[in-house]
Amino acid sequence: MENNTAAITQWTTVAPPENYSGEGFMATTLDKAVGLARANSLWPLPFATSCCGIEFMATMGTNYDLARFGSERLSFSPRQSDLLIVAGTISKKLGPVLRQVYEQMAEPKWVISMGACASSGGIFDTYSVLQGIDRIIPVDVYVPGCPPRPEQLIDAILNVQHLAKNEPLNYRDSDRYKQRLDKYGIK
Amino acid sequence: MEVLQNDQIASGLKNIFGDSILNVEYLDYLTITVKRDAILEVVKQLKEDSVYGFGFLTDLCGMHFPASVTGQKEQLGVVYMLHSLEKNFRIRLKILFPIDDPYVNSLTSLFNGANWLEREAFDFYGIQFKGHPNLKRIMNTDDFQYFPYRKNFPLEDQTRTDKNDAMFGR
Repeated sequence: MENNTAAITQWTTVAPPENYSGEGFMATTLDKAVGLARANSLWPLPFATSCCGIEFMATMGTNYDLARFGSERLSFSPRQSDLLIVAGTISKKLGPVLRQVYEQMAEPKWVISMGACASSGGIFDTYSVLQGIDRIIPVDVYVPGCPPRPEQLIDAILNVQHLAKNEPLNYRDSDRYKQRLDKYGIK
Repeated sequence: MEVLQNDQIASGLKNIFGDSILNVEYLDYLTITVKRDAILEVVKQLKEDSVYGFGFLTDLCGMHFPASVTGQKEQLGVVYMLHSLEKNFRIRLKILFPIDDPYVNSLTSLFNGANWLEREAFDFYGIQFKGHPNLKRIMNTDDFQYFPYRKNFPLEDQTRTDKNDAMFGR
């Protein structure tokens, strides 16, 4: 029994970035500090259209508890969110809506394509369904599965955290990023 | 209250419309094939004659018969399901017409509910309803260049480049 209570009161926190520290001070680079903050407070915008959305809800729920990774604050306004989670089948008619949502998000922003339908159209190889959201918006992390298990979504979010942590401060202003958006015709 | 009979409706319509009634079938419920140009008058009669009282348009949908299936000229069609709430009776009406002349009188003057149903039939089959107040696509995106429920339209998405036909046995 004593061991159990001890285990519950043990906390792990986010590891500090690479730094130089001494008595009473710690020095690190700005992009590392900013990256740390961004990565551990991602505000997801769930664009959930079908069963992947249910798995997303399970991920947010108590069993899997995405809040452990600093993403418990869902934003249902694209203007306040960092991470677009597209979970479900996107029909061709919904494509422009998704694109507008992506365009409304403020920089920096990331996109997770959750599940087979969002990534490739999935089983819906048909005239009315968009064959993968990467035809209209850039995607950072793909999650396979139909639907994926919550562990897979957590893994995807950790991958996005990795991207956010290691992003150079000037990346969003760089030519490389502009070229990436240009491919999709996004200004 | 008098109970409606299949024969009564069929003969009643034949008396009024004569040659416009092409075929009468007694399937799961009475199915009457009428000439395309007469459909508005037939439905109007069924709705407004108090003997019938078909005051409810349950559904309306398109059909497509390619030449390869029927062995005849390629045809489009429309099916109308009418329901008499007063007499608790249902009836089905059919019209058929050539695909290169897909014009039908709209029922929107009789049933406001026909508005969206006819837009759907237009969206998927390209049937043009004359007199419809707002005939545009309802389900699909406006920029579709095709009518997807026509059988000559391939259902698989044609923009895929990652499919190897050999993997699908073709």
